[in-house]
Amino acid sequence: MTANLYPKSTSFGYVTKKMKSFYDAIKLNKMTKHSTRMALAGNPNAGKTTLFNQLTGARQHVGNYPGITVDHKEGFFSHDSKDISITDLPGTYSLTAYSVEEVVTRDFLTSQKPDVVINIVDASNIERNLYLTTQFLEMGVPLVIALNMMDVAKDRGIEVRHEKLSELLGIPVLPIIARSGEGCDELISKAIEIAESDFSWQPRDISYGEDLDESLLEIVREIQGKPFLEADYPPRFTAIKYLEHDDEMIRKGQVADSGLADKLEKIVSKVSDHLQKTTEAYPEAIIADHRYGFIKSIVRQGVLAHKFDTDRLYTSDKIDKVLTNRLLGPVIMLAILFGLYQFTFSWSELPVSWMEGLFGWFGGVVEATLPDGMLKSMIISGVIDGVGGVLGFVPLIMFMFFGIAVLEDSGYLARVAFMMDRVFHLFGLHGSSVMPFIVSGGIAGGCAVPGVMATRTLRSPKERMATLLTVPFMNCGAKVPVLVLLIGAFFAEHKALYMFLFTILAWFVALVAAKFLRMTVLRGEATPFVMELPPYRFPTLRGLFIHTWERTWQYIKKAGTVILGISILLWALMTFPGLPQTSQDQFETARAQVTANFSQQPDLLKTELIRISQEQSAATLKNSIAGKIGSFFEPASSLAGFDWRTNIAMLGGFAAKEVIISTLGTVYSMGEVDAEDAGSLGDRLVKDPNWNRVVAVSALIFIMFYAPCFVTVVCIAKESSWNWAFFSMAFNTIFAFLGAVAVFQIGSLF
Amino acid sequence: MKICEINLRQMKEKQSGTIKAVKVGGELGRRIREMGLVPGTEITIQGRAPLYDPVALRVMGGTLTLRNNEADHIVVEVSDEG
Repeated sequence: MTANLYPKSTSFGYVTKKMKSFYDAIKLNKMTKHSTRMALAGNPNAGKTTLFNQLTGARQHVGNYPGITVDHKEGFFSHDSKDISITDLPGTYSLTAYSVEEVVTRDFLTSQKPDVVINIVDASNIERNLYLTTQFLEMGVPLVIALNMMDVAKDRGIEVRHEKLSELLGIPVLPIIARSGEGCDELISKAIEIAESDFSWQPRDISYGEDLDESLLEIVREIQGKPFLEADYPPRFTAIKYLEHDDEMIRKGQVADSGLADKLEKIVSKVSDHLQKTTEAYPEAIIADHRYGFIKSIVRQGVLAHKFDTDRLYTSDKIDKVLTNRLLGPVIMLAILFGLYQFTFSWSELPVSWMEGLFGWFGGVVEATLPDGMLKSMIISGVIDGVGGVLGFVPLIMFMFFGIAVLEDSGYLARVAFMMDRVFHLFGLHGSSVMPFIVSGGIAGGCAVPGVMATRTLRSPKERMATLLTVPFMNCGAKVPVLVLLIGAFFAEHKALYMFLFTILAWFVALVAAKFLRMTVLRGEATPFVMELPPYRFPTLRGLFIHTWERTWQYIKKAGTVILGISILLWALMTFPGLPQTSQDQFETARAQVTANFSQQPDLLKTELIRISQEQSAATLKNSIAGKIGSFFEPASSLAGFDWRTNIAMLGGFAAKEVIISTLGTVYSMGEVDAEDAGSLGDRLVKDPNWNRVVAVSALIFIMFYAPCFVTVVCIAKESSWNWAFFSMAFNTIFAFLGAVAVFQIGSLF
Repeated sequence: MKICEINLRQMKEKQSGTIKAVKVGGELGRRIREMGLVPGTEITIQGRAPLYDPVALRVMGGTLTLRNNEADHIVVEVSDEG
């Protein structure tokens, strides 16, 4: 029954199609600027982002390729009074269709044909890095190699003779140190020179041995002269990709000319069979062997000279001896993650209180200046409370993102994946699931939306689906303020400890749920864990700030647009239709009555009037559309200790989890007559008879695990299917409700 | 000291050897090869994760990780000191 639920995920055709219109849209912008268009490509961890930041500084624009999380980073700078635009392509090891990053890189190069491609190569790890370079050579792109980290290589006793490498490859090679900017000027001058020369895309041939070379020629003969994919790829490149069983290329071939494509596939299967019989090897294995053979032959011709023993321990290995040590490693990992909490929650306390103060002041100004009425009510309860509730947490989120950026940029996050894989594997996931989990809030403060999208790097549809469906259980940046609010109000004395416990709980629940899914609807094989552990590096302050700012800005944009609209919508839901005339009259009568009864006792009179006003506000809200929905669910939700107000807030949380706060804020400020009461929402909840510690824990459980926000649901639908999206909503809500009921029922016994 | 072929999984920490064959195709094979694990490449076992799996290897100036059941497909030539 599950077969038709899977997306056709092995092919990335949808990426290509969507990107085409995306490029059409950005092309115009470029044509008017007449700038030189460069692309930056290379292995992950080769220093690509560092070079990009070094070149462009703050003049960069980060967006997403449509429908995928791979960042489209474009930056601008001038060199010798020339305007240059540069695109930072995603880091890849190869140009197969192994991951979406590879497809994006390939499609960008073929559809955009940049004037020059700067291939950044890590000098301290030159052979592996040149593997991608050979494929650029075969594609025939105008290429300049930036030989990065010459300093690191030197420290390791490796001398790279860049002139020799340049001579052997037949392309310019420039030594740089991206971190300090050394050599960057020369690099760009050279790149401009290449871009401005009338270099035609000139593919390079690498020999793949007798059998394969013959088949390559046969395929090339078939497609030469025909318009078969020729606009995009040189014939030999197409032929190599066919021999490598490249799904994306085979798919494109079928679209372009299915008759010819069938013919090519036949040639490929013929040579595959032959090779299987004679050498027991697959064509793609032979191709990879020959590429490395080509690289080794170049490197051995005096490009690389080892000055001292390569076996000596590098600094990075020394650090790893401690940080991934069998006993110390996990302990240090827990300590580092806990330290991140302390840093985020304790240090951000002060700026958070400034933000709260700022919005409180705004509310006060509006309160004092605007006349009473609908507009004032909307601005205070809808706009300021709503947006302020979200923006108030910006400092906290910035601290958290900064902490994550440190772990990421230093290389420690890869060690976490390394140490955690055995555990993740046990639950039917992959060490790389760590990233989506962490992005989604595994270290509280992420967002399930990029988390869901980050699952694209997982190739197995089953592990990917299991990750996709369980990452929303994590404590995302939107849930964090809600958790902080409730924990701060009810467990103020152990804030960090409780946050930590609830994060561990989120992990536990997500993993068990993943195992459950992998044993039921998502049974199947595991995907490979072939991954690089990058050397430890000191993160650059600039890189950290750019990372932190990018992510925080994405959060603010979301808050400023979606949340504002929803906050106003909710205000409307909670305001209209208002009380019927008869009950309004009843409240007026009651007021007149107490005024007459207590005219001699002003203190008592005041309390009585407040009581009546509270009842009236409560009645108004209860009569509103939201109130009716909340009340409708009260009989069921009371099993978990939630009254109709909490129900309204949870309802709001469907739109986005942070809305729970603004809704609670609106619900409670409307339910009280004294709008001047500056006490925070937390204090109000503590005072409320319907809330106590058991209810708080029950609510925390429900908020953490119930249906993902609709943005996430839409993403899940896009990444898989609407069936899975609805499955996720129903599965999570039922699970969360059962959990909350269990907590409330058991907790209430004591 | 004699030369013998063993499975990567059986290699001990700090032991070095030369890859003899990678006996797997498809996605896993492609991934293994593009990271430089091809016949003729020298590797050294750098260490194992706290739960003995995955394993970390030193390959051509970089460090790679793979699971034990993936290491099973890689045959390595080592000098037998035992």
